[in-house]
Amino acid sequence: MKLYLRYLEILFKSQLQYRASFILMTIGQFFVPLVMFASIYFLFEKFGQIEGWSFFEVALCFSIVHMSFAISVCFMRGFDSFSKLVVNAGFDRLLVRPRNTIVQVLGSNFEFTRLGRLIQSTMVLIWALLNISIEWNAFKVATLIFMLIGGIFIFSGIFILGASLCFFTVQGLELINIFTDGSREISQYPLSIYKDWVKNFFTFIVPLGIINYIPLMYLLGRGPYNDILSMLTPLIGIVFIIPCLYVWKFGVSKYLSAGS
Amino acid sequence: MKPYLAIFNLRMINGLQYRIAALAGVATQFVWGFMYIMIYEAFYHGFTGTQTISLEQLATYIWLQQAFFFFVLLWLKDNEIFDSITSGSIAYELCRPCGIYGFWFAKLIAHRLSGTLLRCMPILVIGFFLPIPYRLSLPPNFLTFILFLVTLLLGLIVVISLSMIVYVSVFVTMSPIGSFLIFSVVGEFFSGLMMPVPLMPIWLQNIVYILPFRLSGDLPFRVYSGNISTNDAIIGILTQILWIIGLIALGKVLLTKMLKRVVVQGG
Amino acid sequence: MIKVEGLSKTFKVARRSSGFGEAVRSFFSPKFSEVHALRDVSFSIDEGEIVGYIGPNGAGKSTTIKVMSGILVPDKGECSIMGYVPWRDRVKYVKNIGVVFGQRSQLWADVPVMDSFELLRDIYKVQPANYKKSLDLLTETLNLGEILTTPTRQLSLGQRMRCEIAASLIHDPKILFLDEPTIGLDAMSKIAVRNFIKMINKEKKVTVILTTHDMNDIETLANRIIMIGKGQILYDGNLNNLREKFVTHKTVTVDYNENTSPLELDSASLLSWSKDRATYVVDIKKRGVSDIISELSAKLELTDVAVDSEPIEEIIIKLYKEHQV
Repeated sequence: MKLYLRYLEILFKSQLQYRASFILMTIGQFFVPLVMFASIYFLFEKFGQIEGWSFFEVALCFSIVHMSFAISVCFMRGFDSFSKLVVNAGFDRLLVRPRNTIVQVLGSNFEFTRLGRLIQSTMVLIWALLNISIEWNAFKVATLIFMLIGGIFIFSGIFILGASLCFFTVQGLELINIFTDGSREISQYPLSIYKDWVKNFFTFIVPLGIINYIPLMYLLGRGPYNDILSMLTPLIGIVFIIPCLYVWKFGVSKYLSAGS
Repeated sequence: MKPYLAIFNLRMINGLQYRIAALAGVATQFVWGFMYIMIYEAFYHGFTGTQTISLEQLATYIWLQQAFFFFVLLWLKDNEIFDSITSGSIAYELCRPCGIYGFWFAKLIAHRLSGTLLRCMPILVIGFFLPIPYRLSLPPNFLTFILFLVTLLLGLIVVISLSMIVYVSVFVTMSPIGSFLIFSVVGEFFSGLMMPVPLMPIWLQNIVYILPFRLSGDLPFRVYSGNISTNDAIIGILTQILWIIGLIALGKVLLTKMLKRVVVQGG
Repeated sequence: MIKVEGLSKTFKVARRSSGFGEAVRSFFSPKFSEVHALRDVSFSIDEGEIVGYIGPNGAGKSTTIKVMSGILVPDKGECSIMGYVPWRDRVKYVKNIGVVFGQRSQLWADVPVMDSFELLRDIYKVQPANYKKSLDLLTETLNLGEILTTPTRQLSLGQRMRCEIAASLIHDPKILFLDEPTIGLDAMSKIAVRNFIKMINKEKKVTVILTTHDMNDIETLANRIIMIGKGQILYDGNLNNLREKFVTHKTVTVDYNENTSPLELDSASLLSWSKDRATYVVDIKKRGVSDIISELSAKLELTDVAVDSEPIEEIIIKLYKEHQV
């Protein structure tokens, strides 16, 4: 942990060296989800609803997913840009150090500019919450927070999986986008709008449904949901990261025998 | 002309080298296409009125976007060019016996063309055999198909002459990432990549029609799907040509100006 | 200390000839061929040795270094370093080694060197007291003083290399792997780096294994060389022995007061001649150099004499040729 903080300090210092670029990037990162959100807004202007969900309900879903994605990408940037580390043999450098590879890859990059994204999606969250009437209680507040936590872990797991792919091919990396950006795009709408196979995939394989659909229904008071169970569901997301870590470990051992 | 062809050829070969990359690209494009159509299907599902574009036309529009992704997207950047500007090694390129503008232009066209050639066929073929409403339909007649090809190729030139201006701007900003990000995010929104132009509110569409971004993707794809009439398509082609002339002229003037500065500074 | 036995490693690489048609063809059916990076490589190195590991590009040098530093698992063979099997006990083992990849940096480009050092201190969990001791020693011997507060990207190549070497020694490793440590450096920096390597080897008994293409590195540093070509060890031993075995000729250049006709000598061929200078190539197997010089001085009024041995590079080339590398 102390080591990780040390990494962060260095990365922060490094990125501040290029101040103009840093500011422009932060602004740019603010725009990315903004135009996505604007698109959704305009679509609702045309269509009014999507499969029974109103604009602000979708906005709530959108903001939770984008917030957890933004936080996750901040921390997991090292995994997200891992292909560079493999291609320029920077990973060899990590292997000759007596520390866990995961901490070192985490520490290899931290995207401070993604805070722009976080700010934008936080604003959407507040806007959405102000416009939906939810009967708040302690369980529901906890649910909201757990949705974020679960989301952060699921996206982090996806980033680790994506990075592990680099051990098997350095060419097919575009596939990673399907998983990272793709699952973000898909889960910014409640999963119930999709076909069953999509819904099932994103519930049982990549469990985004447990932070997106199920707790959303509970928050909005649709159907008889058990408070405690609903509150705890999003935390299953934390479990998702375990198999991802195993895939990573397997990838590292593959790398050790194949070389670059 | 020969050096331009050579760099074009080289870039094409380079692009063809990566077959797994191409396969991965096709898969990615495919998933995105499906996802978008599914979302729009959900939107159309509960909607009783009529829209300016039908779901079937929209599906075609989206598959074309995916198939010709490399023609449209703006964040595709050539790091070699960026590096040569920021590192000052552009001075070496000045030694070459051909103009930098044309040289870069050829390189960028080849990059996008090689990317597309590898990716478009599988997407188009599979698209044709998908069930309705996911199917990529055929163009209503042969004329529209010809118009589509013309607008598509002119659109490619529009995109490249636009991005040339961004490359030139790096001479001033010296750090490409930030400005490039903002350019591509805003530009892709106005080119209909984030949401189809016909589904935008009217006031926004009016802005989109003034800007050149939609000429690369939105125009040819809607010509193909029959959403734009033949007359409008011909007006579109004229607009494309005007923009191309304007953008290339502007790009060349700016580049010459910047290069003079480089020479004065001694690189 | 280091024992390597029967290492073998094979890689698969894609093959493709040039041309557009070929590019399209190999897009659909790529060809692969196997490269034997290492075949049955064995050697052992004792504590405190400096070993020069040389060979042409692609001979298997970096593969060996990778295996020995634990980042590559060989197909076959054994390797035991300080009682560890590098790839199996990697995390525990790498505490004891330092690695410098000459062409790649381990320092963070945009922050002062000092910050990188502190990060490495935390990575290797070096005790504060030990850290201060190593840092002081390194700063003094490598003359890092002011450099430490400069961001790495602003350093000259020579300064950077000194910092790289310091960085890999902060945790007091017992073995140091140097991959082309003097590449691209100017003469002054090269000498500084060499002197430092010598010093650290002598004072701290650090075992040094270095790869290089610069034979001066080898001549000043290594008492032993291991030469590899096509994945096999071609020579392992003392540098002087190598010379004795392969140096067959020396050149003798003499300056003298004017002489009108070229002078022919037994067992030496005249390479060039002018009226005040001549160069002979002497076959030392047949006749000693001193004998030649005494004959020359008897016949001419010598003003200057220079004897050049065949440069080590040429010996190496001979050796490569002999093994058809």
